[in-house]
Amino acid sequence: MAELEIQELWEEEDTQKDKFLTFSLGKEYYGIEIKYVTEIVGMQPITEVPELPVYVRGIINLRGKIIPVMDVRLRFKKPLREYNDRTCIIVVDIKDISIGLIIDSVSEVLSIPEGDRVPPPEINKGFSNRYIMSIGKVGNDVKLILDCDKLLNDKDTDSLSIFNKEGE
Amino acid sequence: MLDIFIFETVKQIEQLEELIISSEKSNSYTQNAINEIFRIMHTIKGSAAMMLFDNIAALSHSIEDLFYFLREEKPHGIDYSTLSDLVLEGVDFIKVEVEKIKNGHKADGDAALQSKKISEFLAVLKKHNTSGKALPNDKHTEDIKRQYYISQDKRTTISGSNAFKVLLHFEDGCEMENIRAYSVVHNLKDITKELHYIPEDILNNNESAEVIRMEGFTVYIKTDLSYEEMNEFLMQTIFLKELILTKLDITEAEKSFPNKKNIVLDDSEIEELKLQKKEASPSTAPQQSLISVNVNKLDKLMDLVGEMVIAEAMVIQNPDLMGLELYNFKKAARQLGKITSEMQDTVMSVRMVPISATFHKMHRIVRDMCKKLNKEVQLKLVGEETEVDKNIIEHISDPLMHLIRNSIDHGIEASEERINKGKSQSGTITLSAQNAGSDVIITVKDDGKGLNREKILEKAKEHGLLNKPENELPDKEVFSMIFLPGFSTKDEISEFSGRGVGMDVVVKNIEAVGGSVYVDSTANAGTAVTLKIPLTLAIIDGMNIRVGKAMYTIPTISIRESFRAAEKNIIIDPDRNEMIMVRGRCYPVIRLYEHFKVKTNVTNIPEGIIVMVDNGDDRICIFADKLVGQQQVVVKTLPAYIRKIRKIRSLSGCTLLGDGSISLILDIAGLT
Repeated sequence: MAELEIQELWEEEDTQKDKFLTFSLGKEYYGIEIKYVTEIVGMQPITEVPELPVYVRGIINLRGKIIPVMDVRLRFKKPLREYNDRTCIIVVDIKDISIGLIIDSVSEVLSIPEGDRVPPPEINKGFSNRYIMSIGKVGNDVKLILDCDKLLNDKDTDSLSIFNKEGE
Repeated sequence: MLDIFIFETVKQIEQLEELIISSEKSNSYTQNAINEIFRIMHTIKGSAAMMLFDNIAALSHSIEDLFYFLREEKPHGIDYSTLSDLVLEGVDFIKVEVEKIKNGHKADGDAALQSKKISEFLAVLKKHNTSGKALPNDKHTEDIKRQYYISQDKRTTISGSNAFKVLLHFEDGCEMENIRAYSVVHNLKDITKELHYIPEDILNNNESAEVIRMEGFTVYIKTDLSYEEMNEFLMQTIFLKELILTKLDITEAEKSFPNKKNIVLDDSEIEELKLQKKEASPSTAPQQSLISVNVNKLDKLMDLVGEMVIAEAMVIQNPDLMGLELYNFKKAARQLGKITSEMQDTVMSVRMVPISATFHKMHRIVRDMCKKLNKEVQLKLVGEETEVDKNIIEHISDPLMHLIRNSIDHGIEASEERINKGKSQSGTITLSAQNAGSDVIITVKDDGKGLNREKILEKAKEHGLLNKPENELPDKEVFSMIFLPGFSTKDEISEFSGRGVGMDVVVKNIEAVGGSVYVDSTANAGTAVTLKIPLTLAIIDGMNIRVGKAMYTIPTISIRESFRAAEKNIIIDPDRNEMIMVRGRCYPVIRLYEHFKVKTNVTNIPEGIIVMVDNGDDRICIFADKLVGQQQVVVKTLPAYIRKIRKIRSLSGCTLLGDGSISLILDIAGLT
């Protein structure tokens, strides 16, 4: 009896487990683990910083803290869209690195248990597979769960060519 | 608990080192020094034993024994050099152990060998001094047992606490010695409680002059004054040929007051005086009221003050207030501004620490190297009260050490060579620190043989580092090649140099704190290495400029002038670089909107503004849309993510402006 209680307690500890914040980019819905998300802010004036990859738009001032922002559309090589009043910045904090992600619109926080998540198909070794950790099924919809680490740290080989172009 | 132990032990060891080195230099261990050393070893022994570091405790105990003997018995014929070596070896051992403890390892060094050496030395001393008391006058030594009491740091206020025996000899042929003796006594009456003198009948009996001429004038004094003060006072006597001042134990002095006559100068006394020269008492830290504070708290405080400055700017320069006539508000705002900047200054100064501690550490290095390399070098310190941020102090101690080792190893020549060249026998290394604007400039200058241009060029050729023909390279460039990693003109590697790493370390460390290194040298006259380090990293005076929609800030200290240029002053050289003529000199022009790829409408030179900035040695001109204003800004580093992607050379950071927008701070050196 006591063991069961302890078991339950243990599972209840991690209230953030299996919860994902979903947002939309164009026609796809992406999810990101809630434990990385610090806050969501509306669009803010961005100060451009030169000599950075094109998907890093610049930096913003968030209540005194300076945070770089990345446009996820550009990161995923989609065409850039005009920022409107639904555009948001999701501030994520991974291993003490804070970064803001510019996305079209935020959807909701969903709970997607382990069973409903499958690994991504190996078929297309395209770029987007690198950032997808798993695929979540919610009702009839499919949400692409992002791997935050890869999003931040992956050195895009394409970005080097961008530098070369700028250098000329 | 452990932190406190480490902190205090390190401090005491530094004090100890200083004492030993200065005593060794003057070739005498004053009573004060001995007492101080004894006290320090005793404290270290106690705290080490309490923390269960037995090896440190054991070693401190043997050194403490040694100094107890020195203090009580005051032996003669001590080889001060060996003594200093021994104690410094012990100190080194303790330093190594403390380092181990600091890094979390076990303090398992074996002090047995060291302790043995010390006890052997002590045994020799004891033997020497019990047999070596074959002095000419035994009775004399019986009387004056040379008991010294432990002088406190502060002067005792008991009256007549010190007793001295003074023996004066006047110049030959100065006549009327008795009158002179009387005037000495007369002067002494003011500062002493009790005195007796021999011969006693100086005023009345003219034959006493003869006695004084032959045997000298002896005075026994009881006074409050210290040895040094008595010495000083008596040295002022006119026609004084020789002064012998001995400190006595009160009870012994009283005994000797009645029986005089055997005032024979024996060798020990003369040696005594020579050893106890008038020395400035070792600077034991004056007991100001000090408190040790955790550095994290200071960091937090500084951050908060920085934020306060930004918030204050946001309030005062709020766009809502733009254009309104707010007379009282402006007055209050000015007051707020004044208080904020004073608070800023005070908090910055809290973190400043005088650089003297670091400089004094260098004494030890100079001494050790001189001994090992058999050279004579003096270390001169200039401007050691200059204060530097605590962060920076930790980063300059290593570079300084490397630079000094280089100077002694490569620069300063052996004594005979120096004499042959007509220089003074011992070389001088001058370590100086001074404040210059917002930087601290530290120079290591030596008067050795200077940098050898040919040798450097040769080595550069060997390593394939030359990309311009030799004669086109100015001296400065040639000399700065020594900073390249792996570069050394030494043919063989020695304990101290030759691997080519030292200068690289220096440059890396200094650049890590945002400073720069220059070297200059004249053949046979010496070399000077200059370190320029920014005083404070966090808050600078900046001039805001606008380019398109973006704002940039230039540190005011780099700005020389700004003006609107005319199209005709622009020259384009064959490489398609733009230059501008100002008062007869040419400077390159950098168009910021091109450099940073910012969209702007102002592309014609006459429409925008040119700011001439200083970049170390050169000047460049920056073209921007307009000058916005000057303000004090808090420097924030660019986010880690951005720095990870790429180190942007022209930006040294960013800052928040009054209206909340971000302005990028230009790094002038990086623009070129």
